[in-house]
Amino acid sequence: MQSKPNPEFDAECIRRIQAGEKHLFHELIRPCEKPVYFLLLSLLRNETEAEDAAQETAIKVYRNLHLFRGESQFRTWVLSIARNEGLARLRKTERRREDSLDAMTENSGDFTPAALTSWREVPAEELERQEVRTLIRQAIDGLPEIYRNVMLLRDIEEMDVRETATALEIGEAAVKVRLHRARAMMQRALAPRLRENTPHRKKLFGWL
Amino acid sequence: MRIDCKHVWKHISAYIDGDVDASLRAEIDKHLETCEICSAVLDSTRNLVILVADDRIFELPAGFSERLHARLDREISLEGD
Repeated sequence: MQSKPNPEFDAECIRRIQAGEKHLFHELIRPCEKPVYFLLLSLLRNETEAEDAAQETAIKVYRNLHLFRGESQFRTWVLSIARNEGLARLRKTERRREDSLDAMTENSGDFTPAALTSWREVPAEELERQEVRTLIRQAIDGLPEIYRNVMLLRDIEEMDVRETATALEIGEAAVKVRLHRARAMMQRALAPRLRENTPHRKKLFGWL
Repeated sequence: MRIDCKHVWKHISAYIDGDVDASLRAEIDKHLETCEICSAVLDSTRNLVILVADDRIFELPAGFSERLHARLDREISLEGD
């Protein structure tokens, strides 16, 4: 999903928007649409509300463009505004889910990727099958929120550790630990389901 | 000192991300040469990272962009008044 950040384009765009070429805001925000929506969906778990919050985020970014100082990448700044928008909505309805609180205990649980070897030979061609893409999406959706958010930004949006930490307002060490756990949890969730769904069972899992 | 499998698993994500120091990387490399299980865990984790990054897994709802930009247009023209 990643769209490679282009700080020069962003800076030039912002300068021209502030000089009056307001329509350029459409181009500035376009690469952020996907990560903003999916981060909000991860927080709010409701498509209609995530879309509304994404629109609200874009408007806030537009109104507050003069506050962007270029200390982080533009995309990171936009994502932290999106995150605040999502959290404000959750606070309003007191819906912050318990799973996030449980998962805050960073040292709980067994996160060793034992028996995750069954993914070894899952070929990229598997993605051609809609069911497999759906399974992966469901596994990401099934992660506790704090792990899902990190996986979204690191592995799906391909942001680096520092930008992810800034956007989510957590430390870099937490980004690394959560990503490691998210990947292990994903493999554990997917291994048995892929086993049921793969037509090449022997070839993929025969060696185990 | 030879590191064990658990130690390798603990660092497997950081290893893939190029985020382990040179001496730990060398130890993990050495372990991987002889450990079939850890090599499989490494391949499996790498596979996962490649697969979840596929664009088709996360697709915006139909019409999302159009609705967003229409709302922005209203905001931009309001502000221009």
